[in-house]
Amino acid sequence: MRDVFLRFIRHKPALVGLLLLALVIAAAFVAGITHPGDPFAIVAKPFLPPLGDYPLGTDMLGRDLAAGILHGARTTLLVGFAATLIATGLGVSIGGLAGYFGGRVDTALMRFTEVFQTIPFFLFAILLVAVLGSSIGKIIFAIAVVSWPPMARLVRGEFMAMRSREFVQACVSLGMGHTRIIVLHILPNTLSAIVVTGSLMVATAILIESGLSFLGLSDPNVMSWGYIIGSGRSVLRTAWWICAAPGVAILLTVMAINLVGDGLNDALNPRLRNL
Amino acid sequence: MHGLAYALRRLAHAIPTVLAIVVLNFLLLQLAPGDAAEVLAGEAGSATPEYMAQLRRNFGLDQPLWMQLLLYVKQVVTFDLGFSFRHGMPVSELMLSRLGPTLLLMGTVLSLSVIAGVLLGSLAARHLNRWQDNLVSSLTVLAYATPVFWAGLMLIVVFSIKLGWFPTSGMQKVAAFYEGFDRAKDIAHHLVLPAVTLTLFYLALYTRLMRASVLEQVTMDYVVTARAKGLTERQIVRRHVLRNAMLPVVTMAGVQVGAILGGAVVVETVFAWPGLGLLAYESLFARDLNLLLGIFFVSTCLVVIVNLLVDLAYSALDPRIELR
Repeated sequence: MRDVFLRFIRHKPALVGLLLLALVIAAAFVAGITHPGDPFAIVAKPFLPPLGDYPLGTDMLGRDLAAGILHGARTTLLVGFAATLIATGLGVSIGGLAGYFGGRVDTALMRFTEVFQTIPFFLFAILLVAVLGSSIGKIIFAIAVVSWPPMARLVRGEFMAMRSREFVQACVSLGMGHTRIIVLHILPNTLSAIVVTGSLMVATAILIESGLSFLGLSDPNVMSWGYIIGSGRSVLRTAWWICAAPGVAILLTVMAINLVGDGLNDALNPRLRNL
Repeated sequence: MHGLAYALRRLAHAIPTVLAIVVLNFLLLQLAPGDAAEVLAGEAGSATPEYMAQLRRNFGLDQPLWMQLLLYVKQVVTFDLGFSFRHGMPVSELMLSRLGPTLLLMGTVLSLSVIAGVLLGSLAARHLNRWQDNLVSSLTVLAYATPVFWAGLMLIVVFSIKLGWFPTSGMQKVAAFYEGFDRAKDIAHHLVLPAVTLTLFYLALYTRLMRASVLEQVTMDYVVTARAKGLTERQIVRRHVLRNAMLPVVTMAGVQVGAILGGAVVVETVFAWPGLGLLAYESLFARDLNLLLGIFFVSTCLVVIVNLLVDLAYSALDPRIELR
């Protein structure tokens, strides 16, 4: 564990990522203190340029953009991590069962996964939100439903490799039940791969959320970066900064998570580092 | 003969996938508020009572659920995807008219990103840890984190609004009525920004993949052999390493067709490119769920077809594949 930590902090891009991510998390915490109240509230004249009384200016209705960005950080992090947790649960269950039992179970589950991988996932997310409605919980659900297949494939591969290892065979010959072998012996050994894939999945989930809210599929009561860009789009010609600022926020957050994920990958799988 | 058997086997593999999508569509219809006929007629409220009655009959809404499913499958399989009142034409016809622009955009993006990704990735790998590699790697990290729609908007700000080099939206100049070569030139001019926007993201992906793949290939024995028989580094890379290293990139490109179609929705929306993606966005606004389901079905079929073609091309490139 110490080695892992040392390898992680030696990796400079990962440290930069961690720092950026800490900033985003800080923004989410600070939102309620510096900008309490509704980020949708109209506070000043519309179209105030940045660097005046309002550091990022105001949008076409006179809403404070800085408040929108800070509150948006909460939404982004919530959706990113919640959707990833659900998707990881789904992917690990499906991939784990397929890899552990093999044979017909594997064939059936993998055909199921394949169907979900064939579907254009962003279109599927749009459809789900259009059908179910656009509350924050349903958006999280929709993103989770479209992002589990890569996790299932990865976990299946790991479980298949573990299944034939001596320690698993030893467990079988000791008469251990399937559940116990899976949960106590195989799962802990695949955790590092799951953590790496999961961390990259957070980034994808954030990109999907921002795309959905850009298209107008966001919770009307929750501020989100994609929503600001989507609504600022019509005034791009006169006030491009309304779209620019939240985009930079998305870019930095996603980049931070990707860098941390790469760093974790190097730290947890040192043998693959040179690839 | 062997190739034909393989193609047929792959085709048989694809049919259950398409059927599963139809069933998924049916389930989504059931989940939507209101009965299927109300959803299919669109919530625009513009459907006539006669049409509603006919829809209810067609879908057998008085019959058990499994019977409804069978009827739905029958309708979709015969490409009867319903009627869009908002657009005043059958859904299948409507989609056919929007398929061309999407295919043009997708084809451009796919070829641009694969070619540029292979070049940049091998450049980075050959100059490992030098400035070329660092530059390419940093740019891919940036491009990989940029939301596609935002990149499009910022390109519009710089290249359309400030510099005036490219049009902001559409596929052709509306009032110009160009013909022949002029028309192609006009379309290409409109294509530049949307294609570049969508390419940036996938370019980053393929560059990373190609870099890793080249680094893996150069450790192989055949490279040592080639070096031992006196080939120059340039020859080794061009004639041996590149070909092998490209295989994972081609596979990935095939897998990504669906993702690119999804990305097309936002890019077409940003640039008002008149393809299936823009149609999906319009149907979202018009609350025309039936049209959206139709687009979903057709895009999935498109992915299945492209995957099939990639598989066949791939087995031609690398005969070992068929054995698996």
